[in-house]
Amino acid sequence: MPRLGWLVGRLLQIVPTFLLIGIAVFVLARLLPGDAVSAMLGDRASDATINRLTAELGLNRSLGAQLLAFLTAAAQGDFGASLSRHVPVMRLVAEALPVTLSLVAIATTLALAIALPLAFIAALNANRWPDIAIRAVFQVGLSSPVFYIGLILLTVFAGWLGWFPVGGYGESVSEHLYHLFLPGLTLSLSFAAVVMRNLRAAVLAVLTAEYVDFARAKGLARSVVLLRHVLRNALIATVTLVGLHVGALLGGAVITETVFAVPGVGRLMIDSIFARDYPVIQALTLVLAVLVSLAFLVTDFVQMWLDPRVGR
Amino acid sequence: MTALLQIRDLTVTFATRHGAVHAVDGVSFAVGRGEVLGLVGESGSGKSVSLRAITRLLPDFARVSGQVAWQGEDVLAMSPERLRRLRGGQIGMVFQEPMSALNPVLPIGLQITESLIAHTDLDARARRARALELLDLVGIAAGPSRLSQFPHEFSGGMRQRAMIAIALAANPAVLLADEPTTALDVTIQDQILRLLRGLVDELGMALVLVTHDLGVIAETCDRVAVMYAGRLCETGDVAAVFARPRHAYTAALLQAMPGEGTRDRKLLTIPGQAPRLDAPAIGCAFAPRCALVRPICTTDRPVLQPVAPRQSSACHAAADLAA
Repeated sequence: MPRLGWLVGRLLQIVPTFLLIGIAVFVLARLLPGDAVSAMLGDRASDATINRLTAELGLNRSLGAQLLAFLTAAAQGDFGASLSRHVPVMRLVAEALPVTLSLVAIATTLALAIALPLAFIAALNANRWPDIAIRAVFQVGLSSPVFYIGLILLTVFAGWLGWFPVGGYGESVSEHLYHLFLPGLTLSLSFAAVVMRNLRAAVLAVLTAEYVDFARAKGLARSVVLLRHVLRNALIATVTLVGLHVGALLGGAVITETVFAVPGVGRLMIDSIFARDYPVIQALTLVLAVLVSLAFLVTDFVQMWLDPRVGR
Repeated sequence: MTALLQIRDLTVTFATRHGAVHAVDGVSFAVGRGEVLGLVGESGSGKSVSLRAITRLLPDFARVSGQVAWQGEDVLAMSPERLRRLRGGQIGMVFQEPMSALNPVLPIGLQITESLIAHTDLDARARRARALELLDLVGIAAGPSRLSQFPHEFSGGMRQRAMIAIALAANPAVLLADEPTTALDVTIQDQILRLLRGLVDELGMALVLVTHDLGVIAETCDRVAVMYAGRLCETGDVAAVFARPRHAYTAALLQAMPGEGTRDRKLLTIPGQAPRLDAPAIGCAFAPRCALVRPICTTDRPVLQPVAPRQSSACHAAADLAA
């Protein structure tokens, strides 16, 4: 079965990908301006203190040795302690990551729930009023900055109507969902706009395909023609776009997390960059890069499932 | 012979940004059980559009008038549900290019069984059995493994056989085939035509075969209808029309056909090109290219009328051609 080979090959690609990500992360952190020791100790520390801390952090060893130590530890999930907060890096990441993952999951679900039906309605009414109205609304969503949409949603739904909290994350799972709904919606709007436009174009293209005419000529019900022959084939192109966008959202929720005061990865990243907290930056970059490549992997699998021609 | 499918004065106009295009203009024909009617003409003559108009498969901007009668029932006035049952159920259709007419991401088996779901009460097991029977009927051996394969895993000829199997799934009484062999190489083309002809003889179906190839007509059809610029030029039994064409266009087409006796001479062609359809000719559409043209041809549109038993022609020179 040739597809099994393709699948295994695609999975194995993960190994060198992760290794390269690890090396890149290590090098990039060393290229950042300023160094951790002076960031931690300030300008007036004595040379002796500086030397002691440098040795303590292992920063006096050769770059190669530091890299090897970093990769070995990283593979075990050990990124050392935060330089600015003095707790294990992994604990910070473990606290922030579920928040961002939930946020991205909510945003993706909402985006697809909004975009799929509307793209279909728009395509089936191409250039008539439903299509024009849907595209006009999404044009606004697409061209407005995320922080602006976020502030408007906050003002309307949290401020005036009081339906949702203004910020934070809550304590229980249901509270988490409740707190993350507005930021999720904020992130989902431009996402939905991109997916809607792409899927609308794909549906329009598929509608003119001969196999759709043939499906109608077979006497299939309209719903069967639209779902089995049109939607499925149109989704093949859109799946890639969704995968890329989910990847971008993982590291790109910074502004939304700030506007809604959500304690996610984005905010942790910004704080750590300002504090030159190398271990946290490295850990976050590595974890995010790994997550993005996993998102792409899932995208490829979904695509293979939708399109039997992939991997042959 | 009672006509299963009767088309009268079928006219199709496409509303485009540059005005109306008259793709089909007053076409009438009928086909009965066990009969093969060939619809022949060059590209843009309206043969495929006529065929698609029968089951109302044309896009929304096409305006269709005239009459399409399925056993006396008006197809153009059918409700959507009645039309759905007619399509595939009573009138099957085969397209030109199987690679694009089969859905590339669905297994062949599903593409057969979904027709069975749409038109029969068979359960899953019976549908599978019927699908295998259909593959066998169209000459695809080793069925079971074939059902789970995708169109790209079939050869061109196999794909066309599969498409015929799909069209036959619900036992339609009429099969409409739109250039079913144009995309295939010659030996496969011959196999597919034999298959279609055999199915007509075996199942008592009626077949309307659209083609631009007179050789296909000669090999497969009982009767032929020649189209030019959206109009019918000539209809009749294949043998009679080929032996004694009564329309100047048919005569020119037959002369342009390579065959025995043309080996030692230069192949004849018809000069000029097919007319534009946005401004229909006042007289005969073929007049500008016709070797037998006379003054009346550019002023009076010839009417299709009987010129011999079971043969009609719309040509002012019909009488001269008979001589």
